[in-house]
Amino acid sequence: MAEPLIFDLSKDGRRGYTLPELDVPEVDPADHIPARFLRKELNMPSLSEVEVVRHFTRLSRLNHSLDVGFYPLGSCTMKYNPKVNEDMARLPGFAHIHPLQPEDTVQGALKMLSKLESYLCEITGMDSMTLQPAAGAQGELTGLLIMQAYHRKNNNHKTKIIIPDSGHGTNPASCSMVGYEVVNVKSDPRGGVDMEDLKSKLTPDVAGLMITNPNTLGLFDENIGELANLIHSVDGLVYYDGANLNAIMGWTRPGDMGFDIVHLNLHKTFSTPHGGGGPGAGPVGVKSHLEAYLPNPRIQFDGKKYKVTTKCRESVGPVLASLGNFLVLVRAFAYITVNGREGLKDISTHAVLNANYMMQRLKKTYKLPYDRFCKHEFVLSGKTLGEFGVKTLDVAKRLLDFGFHAPTVYFPLIVEEAMMIEPTETESKGTLDCFMEALEMIAAEAKENAEILKQAPVKTPVRRLDEATAARKPDINYYRKPE
Amino acid sequence: MANYIPNTPDEVQEMLKAIGVKTVDDLFAEIPPELKLQSELNIPAGVSEVEMARELKALARENTTVDEAVCFLGGGAYDHIVPAVIDHILLRGDFFTAYTPYQPEVSQGTLQAIYEYQSLISSLTGMDQSNASMYEGASATAEAINMATAQTRRKRVLVMQTVNPEYRRVINSLCQTMGTEIVSVPFEDGTIDPGKVGELINKETAAIVIQYPNFFGTIEDIERISAMAHENGALAIVIANPIALGLLEAPGNLGADIVTGEGQPLGIPLSFGGPYLGFLAANKPLLRRMPGRIVGRTVDIDGKTGFVLTLQAREQHIRREKASSNICSNQALMALNATIYMSLMGKDGIKEVAGQSFQKAHYLKRELAEIKGLSFPFTGSFFNELVIKFPNARKILGKMAKQGIFAGIPLDNYFSGLKDHVLVAVTEKRSKGEIDRYVDMLGGLING
Amino acid sequence: MKYTKEHEWANLEGDTATVGITDYAANQLGDVVFVEMPGVGDSVGKGDTIGTIESVKTVSDLYSPLTGEIVAVNEEIESNPGLVNEDPHGKGWLIKIKLSDPKEMDDLLSEADYKAICE
Repeated sequence: MAEPLIFDLSKDGRRGYTLPELDVPEVDPADHIPARFLRKELNMPSLSEVEVVRHFTRLSRLNHSLDVGFYPLGSCTMKYNPKVNEDMARLPGFAHIHPLQPEDTVQGALKMLSKLESYLCEITGMDSMTLQPAAGAQGELTGLLIMQAYHRKNNNHKTKIIIPDSGHGTNPASCSMVGYEVVNVKSDPRGGVDMEDLKSKLTPDVAGLMITNPNTLGLFDENIGELANLIHSVDGLVYYDGANLNAIMGWTRPGDMGFDIVHLNLHKTFSTPHGGGGPGAGPVGVKSHLEAYLPNPRIQFDGKKYKVTTKCRESVGPVLASLGNFLVLVRAFAYITVNGREGLKDISTHAVLNANYMMQRLKKTYKLPYDRFCKHEFVLSGKTLGEFGVKTLDVAKRLLDFGFHAPTVYFPLIVEEAMMIEPTETESKGTLDCFMEALEMIAAEAKENAEILKQAPVKTPVRRLDEATAARKPDINYYRKPE
Repeated sequence: MANYIPNTPDEVQEMLKAIGVKTVDDLFAEIPPELKLQSELNIPAGVSEVEMARELKALARENTTVDEAVCFLGGGAYDHIVPAVIDHILLRGDFFTAYTPYQPEVSQGTLQAIYEYQSLISSLTGMDQSNASMYEGASATAEAINMATAQTRRKRVLVMQTVNPEYRRVINSLCQTMGTEIVSVPFEDGTIDPGKVGELINKETAAIVIQYPNFFGTIEDIERISAMAHENGALAIVIANPIALGLLEAPGNLGADIVTGEGQPLGIPLSFGGPYLGFLAANKPLLRRMPGRIVGRTVDIDGKTGFVLTLQAREQHIRREKASSNICSNQALMALNATIYMSLMGKDGIKEVAGQSFQKAHYLKRELAEIKGLSFPFTGSFFNELVIKFPNARKILGKMAKQGIFAGIPLDNYFSGLKDHVLVAVTEKRSKGEIDRYVDMLGGLING
Repeated sequence: MKYTKEHEWANLEGDTATVGITDYAANQLGDVVFVEMPGVGDSVGKGDTIGTIESVKTVSDLYSPLTGEIVAVNEEIESNPGLVNEDPHGKGWLIKIKLSDPKEMDDLLSEADYKAICE
């Protein structure tokens, strides 16, 4: 049975929480605030505490989650979220401090942030880091603002950003937010950047290149050094989209590959929970020649005390009203501390091992467009099932019936009917074997009785939903029904 | 060291064999040798869970919490009561370890909660629709401005100087690069004179941005100023404190086209600034300009009610360089936090939180009025935050902090002309005893 | 009936052309959920972006195939965007343009040429 909406459980007069009784003498708000600014009507539900707890607990049970099972979403790095990190983020010394408290009273918080900056610099091979951006997309925007500020300062006339056709959709969206035009560069038959195509597009007005390495096909681009040199030759900057950092920690670093700007997704590589879509954190690291442009405020240590400064004049300015998603940063700090230098390298090693193990077996059943060792993820194509009238979407939906989450589908755009699988290091061989068995059974079902796939899922709380009606007559607010 | 990697050495060998390589190094062979890291990362070795916790607890202890000191700080983040229920639900792995609801059939919990969130925010702000949430208040305001410039195809935006200075900085960094011209409207007596808006607004103006109550706590005449925006074909963007809306009229009923702001007061811990919750609600003509995610109610193929991400074609992963915003997440868990808070407090609870905050702030003002040497520089109506002025403010604030009271925010941080001006916030969490102690201590220090 | 390589059709009656998207385009887009139309009275040039067509999974621009003035938009589409899928060449028409130069029609593709593009 479907869980009713909270509004339909409401009964006037119920209370879910009792405040301390008002202990100051009361005045009439009408004597202090003009009548037209006093609220006349407030529509909100009224429930008891137990009803609220049950409602949200029942809702929670309708979700798939990492704590329940495998979540092989490519490029999302759905790794286990260690429980102790939740405890750390709830220490009163972190959770119960106001962002505008005197600096003397938040020295521990600033010290933690400063240490985290230096760890992330070391892991990426960058010189300075800002922890402010709230998510990867905001990190990208921040990185591009830095790029723009650099070119403005140097009187460079730059209008374009080069992005591989395998890039994340966010990259071009971020570029247009700062007014850069996007130039797509093709992939070569090995899945890397087509160097000839790149050279043909490398004009003096190129501000930079945005790329992830390994790329969204899960493949490491060996030409990265030369790529960086080419971009630098027109005074462009090279931007690393850190979505795929989980593949290379301790093995190689963006800073050593020639990147000038890096953004990280702490909710991917550094295990902070995705929370059903957020909050995340998207720190941005730069080489020393770009440090002056990092967002204000910055954290500095004067030998005695940590200070928050906003002095830097070249700064692109703040992108958030605070120092960042602080409690997300606490979790990432805890994760790095526990794993340490060897642990981080092990993470990448096992992420890559798991992905290759799966790729070798699954390529016998599904088409593998780029057959070479992958890094932390790989992309299959469901195209061969087309002859049975089955699409990748059907495979994805059928996987839900097996109790697995689906891989990322229809991305990257350069692979038809793409299925992008990222196992992460926290899954065991046993889990991977079960998942692969399910994918093999589904391929067999496609041949024998494709209807099973097209009807899937059947075991989930709801089945395939009518997205067309949802978009045509948007019902997005309980209190204002669509016409 | 703790270990979140399950594979045993034997399993690793089996897997390598299945792949057809001897060692894991073979899987990294295509990284050119000159790019390979030659030594270990220069960060400490891993430690056990308990050792890590010891280090973090020591760092946490170096901070003074608002449980230890009494907090009268506001300026965009407020020390409200957070009911215990919220965190217990947030700690359910089914919520916090789930991803974005891309497969709606196995994400109905997250999706329905967001639909409820959207409805509650729409109701609180008096608007037609809300999105699924944004990062926090300042960047949400910048997104609201981008909506307005896209909708009106105009570039000039009037931002009231009484908008939170941190927000104005973020607006400058995020909007000017889009070619938006930000015009600052100066304040008088801690509030915006509609006449000043009249002087600066014109037919090229895309939007006015005003805060309600404003940064100084004063209640602006958003009704009149919104009307002035509309007369010029511009949109009215109101940054609202959601708790204040338990007492104050909904901006949607006073002419707002977009209502945005910081959702932290809705049961989110202070958290040293984040993660918080940006909310953004608008009226129907702006539906397709809304950034971020939106959840809609629909039915499945069996006719059963269900929820999906909808209007996704606006979003970055489809529109790419033509998208209206690059945002690709929301703050789902913080939106859930606010949804649980609003459900638990309910209609009467939200009104009471707002009412008590109002009452206690006004009690503080009455008591402070007795202190010689302390004045109230601004005269407008206020909700739960006000500006006071006294000599040697910074020094006295420092002394009070040492004696366990975070007494306010010195405003010369943001306005060079406001030396010795202090912004003080009072919530329902403050007791009469704490307020009396504040007044005694401050009076003693000013006249001592 | 004439066609464009942007998968639109145009049908001239007198000096006014009715414009819509082709059956092929409607299929490629999938379920159309919203069409952003130009305003009646707008002057449009050949090749101008004059609106967008949004489906569940994608958005594409709507181009003006001809130069002239918008004299009508199909108001039924707003309440029933599915018409674009059900009857793209009939009830799912989008706009009517009063042409400044009816000879421009000659530059558009014939049915045979258009079919060749789709294959």
